[in-house]
Amino acid sequence: MQQPLEISNLTTWLDTALRSGLPTFWVLLIEFVLVGVALLAAYAVIALILIYAERKITAFFQARIGPNRVGKYGLIQSVADMIKILLKEIVKINRADRFLFFAAPVFMIVASMLTFGAIPFGQGLHAVDFNIGVLYVTAVSSLGIIGVLLAGWSSNNKYAMIGAMRSGAQFVSYELSAGFALMTIVVLAGTMQFSTMIEGQRYCWNLFNGHISSMIAFVLYLISGHAETNRGPFDLPEAESELTAGYHTEYSGLQFGFYYLAEYLNMFIIASIATTVFLGGYLPIQVHGWDGFNQIMTYIPTYVWFFGKTAVLIFLSLWVRWSFPRLRIDQLLNLEWKYLLPINLVNILVMVIIVLSGLTLTDLLPGLF
Amino acid sequence: MSSILKYFSGLFTGIGSLLGGMAVTWKELWTKKVTQQYPENRDTLVISDRFRCELTMPHDENNEHACTACGICEMNCPNGTITVNTKMIETEDGKKKKVLDTYIWDLGMCTFCNLCVLTCPSNAIKFENTFENAVFTRSKLVQQLNHEGSKMREKKKAEKPVTPIVTVKPPVVEPVVETKAPVTESNAKTEDTAVEAKATVTEPLSEILASVAKKAKAETTEN
Repeated sequence: MQQPLEISNLTTWLDTALRSGLPTFWVLLIEFVLVGVALLAAYAVIALILIYAERKITAFFQARIGPNRVGKYGLIQSVADMIKILLKEIVKINRADRFLFFAAPVFMIVASMLTFGAIPFGQGLHAVDFNIGVLYVTAVSSLGIIGVLLAGWSSNNKYAMIGAMRSGAQFVSYELSAGFALMTIVVLAGTMQFSTMIEGQRYCWNLFNGHISSMIAFVLYLISGHAETNRGPFDLPEAESELTAGYHTEYSGLQFGFYYLAEYLNMFIIASIATTVFLGGYLPIQVHGWDGFNQIMTYIPTYVWFFGKTAVLIFLSLWVRWSFPRLRIDQLLNLEWKYLLPINLVNILVMVIIVLSGLTLTDLLPGLF
Repeated sequence: MSSILKYFSGLFTGIGSLLGGMAVTWKELWTKKVTQQYPENRDTLVISDRFRCELTMPHDENNEHACTACGICEMNCPNGTITVNTKMIETEDGKKKKVLDTYIWDLGMCTFCNLCVLTCPSNAIKFENTFENAVFTRSKLVQQLNHEGSKMREKKKAEKPVTPIVTVKPPVVEPVVETKAPVTESNAKTEDTAVEAKATVTEPLSEILASVAKKAKAETTEN
């Protein structure tokens, strides 16, 4: 099928052009640098767009208009904010652990950057396709908590310390749930590699393929992913009414910007992993037998599909954020250890039974899906 | 067993209540935005009539105001915001009369308490809701309220509207007097039946005292 708008056309053309004139070593070097730069740029741009979108949607939920002064509809508000944050002074904290204090935001940003690199954004827009992609993403994204703990410890500030400890408890708990929810789908898909997982969802998303068990896993993943990003009702590590700003109380300027960026990017990463694992990733909606419909859907580039699905999930996350009150630390841990984890364990068992006894939708209705 | 039931019922009621909350916020997402975009909406902006922003002295078409220069507003102003400067003029029939020269109001010191307007006996000043009062220098905050060459309106024209405070009378006193009136009158008119009346109608001591006092008062006024 023709896909005229794909970026992979451009990348293939670039690759052949480079290979025709240069030895393989230099071609690879140039491509590595280009991919790195593209990922970093995408990282910053996505964060800016997310900040703008969040402020607008938040405003709409609160019957306000939101930013509307800087540019048309306030479109370059977050650019202005970024410039401001870059120009601010980096305050040196008295009797703080200087080295760890400076290292902490880097941990945070590197962890989310490493995860960001493994996400398939579209056909051929996948920097690294590990055969253990799900495992890698789960492992690397949990590095971010080290940044939070270091920040709290090295700030020499009790609010930051309490915030970091809360964040640690929260993150360690909910990482478990998120991992189990992904594991449920790994059982269903039979692979940990993102590309094959997406190909398997061409006609039936994993969300529907495992029906009841998949849907439970989806909801559980969204809840625990939301909790991992320290947002919404789970933002007690930075509960401003109790802890000023939590673990990043002492940070200013660019270092604070790193935390800010990482927070938004983690939201995006959670949504995009959910998209990839549950909602068919970058693949367009395809139905068996409807060839005309399938062709039209394929004309929409895959990255549009990916970002569209991700945007829906991000909106869901914001919706949740502005609906529910903040949990106490005991309620937070109750929710995880008494509800999410047991449900998850039962759910993964149910999924194994569904897969082994051939009760998935693709097994039940092979013609349709 | 009951604890298991409690666990699951709690779980499902929790989910239901969370979904209910999300439905509420979903409706809120589409409600009309309440933000007032001020400089752009100046034409359609609605400010309450009772909003107190600027003290004014209304002048009619003959450039006449109602201020008698009595100075009550100046005395009542808690901040010393108002200065009433007067001058003596001689009227046509040779009488000397104190009239208003300049009425100075300092916006920068005003707390908009409305005491001057409430206490003005001739209703000469009022607060307007023109709220855009910002100026660049302090001296512009001091304003003269009476116009150039204005004079006081004739007394018969200036009819003060009846304020609600005057019309509302304490309604408790009158019915008491009316109901007790026949008894006290009979006591006052016929002195010979007074003893009888006292014997039959066992009045409280306070009412007897009141009737006596009223009788004494009536006698003094007659004299």
